[in-house]
Amino acid sequence: MVNTLILAEDAPSPVLPHPSELILGLIAFLLLLWVMQKFVAPRFEALYSERAAKIEGGIERAEQAQAEAQKALDEYKAQLAEARAEAARIRDDARAEGTQIVEELREQAQAESARIVAQGQHQLDAQRAQIVAELRADLGRVAVELAGKVVGEALEDEARRRGTVDRFLNELDAVAAPATK
Amino acid sequence: MGELVLAEGGEFAPPGAKDFFLPPIFGGVTKPMVLVVLSVIIIAVFFLLATRSFKLVPSKFQFIAESVYDMGRNTIAREQIGGKDFKPFVPLIVTLFTFVLVNNLFGIIPLIQFPTMSHIGFPLAVSVLVVYPVYHFVGFKRHGFVGYLRNQLFPPGVPKPVYVLLAPIEFFSKFIMNPITLAIRVFAAMFAGHLILLVFTLAGEYLLLEAGGALKPVSLLSFAFAIAMTFLEALIQVIQAYIFALLSASYIGMALASDH
Repeated sequence: MVNTLILAEDAPSPVLPHPSELILGLIAFLLLLWVMQKFVAPRFEALYSERAAKIEGGIERAEQAQAEAQKALDEYKAQLAEARAEAARIRDDARAEGTQIVEELREQAQAESARIVAQGQHQLDAQRAQIVAELRADLGRVAVELAGKVVGEALEDEARRRGTVDRFLNELDAVAAPATK
Repeated sequence: MGELVLAEGGEFAPPGAKDFFLPPIFGGVTKPMVLVVLSVIIIAVFFLLATRSFKLVPSKFQFIAESVYDMGRNTIAREQIGGKDFKPFVPLIVTLFTFVLVNNLFGIIPLIQFPTMSHIGFPLAVSVLVVYPVYHFVGFKRHGFVGYLRNQLFPPGVPKPVYVLLAPIEFFSKFIMNPITLAIRVFAAMFAGHLILLVFTLAGEYLLLEAGGALKPVSLLSFAFAIAMTFLEALIQVIQAYIFALLSASYIGMALASDH
């Protein structure tokens, strides 16, 4: 330090400003400041505001898209629930209809079978009546012939003969009737 | 200290203030004058090129420019002046920061190796002729003549009798000392830093060339120190530029604040 001071004696004092440097420094600085103020700073600020707008716009758009997506999702969910309800309803209907159809078919089949049974019964009755009528006629004749041959005499008395045969047949009917029931 | 002892014994001339006043390059133009013009060209070209084709998504070059601008804009100006008023002062603060930064860094850039700010004329020009008028002007404009003086000289929350002492001190510090200390701070740091580098480098050279055989290896130590001090200088140069801009912004912020 002592050496520095001694040696500094013949040099200009470093703490006293040179007017030329003051002036040049001021001009240089002001020139740079002018460039910064006029050109550089506006460009930066424009960039920043543009960037901020872009980011804000982006956020806004993203929010909007999200809201739209949410809306669509809700819609789809509602539609899905509706479709499910519809399907369940249709299934229930089909099931009810099916049971109804089965019921109807069963009734029809039962009626048909009853009808067929009744028809068969009816035919049987008719055939039986016919057979009985035929047999009755034949039985009378055969019985009279047989009796004539056995007795060896002609049964001339028509009224008497008819009465005997009819009485016999009626007895036969009375015996056979409980069996058919 | 070893170098100084040697200096007394041999022909070693320790570096001093004379080393800061090199002969003019031509006419009255000296090296720092050329450098200060160069710094303006470098900064202006850098920012003009970087901002010429701005993209929303920055390129690498644009990103660097944005980082420097953001440093002045957000870290310094907005913090010190406040989010409401800082916008008009951003160019000034960024210019202060980059101007001082580049001129300081000249001190360690090879071939240039001279911190412009070690000539007190340049920091004084910026602090006394630019920063000082600006912050008082905006203060007077914001609060009126009396209001601004009352704001600055009579800070609230102090017992009345203390103002007898406080007001003159505040006046002295705000209207006289602030711009001068602002300039001296960066000047002294650059002056001392450059001197330290000179001492170690010249001593290393002298030890290597002139000293006796046993002392020659010591020059390596001296050079090593010079290199280490260069790294330290780089840090100090950036910090000083930051402080210069920070304090300027802080003065503007204090002038604008209604009470502080």
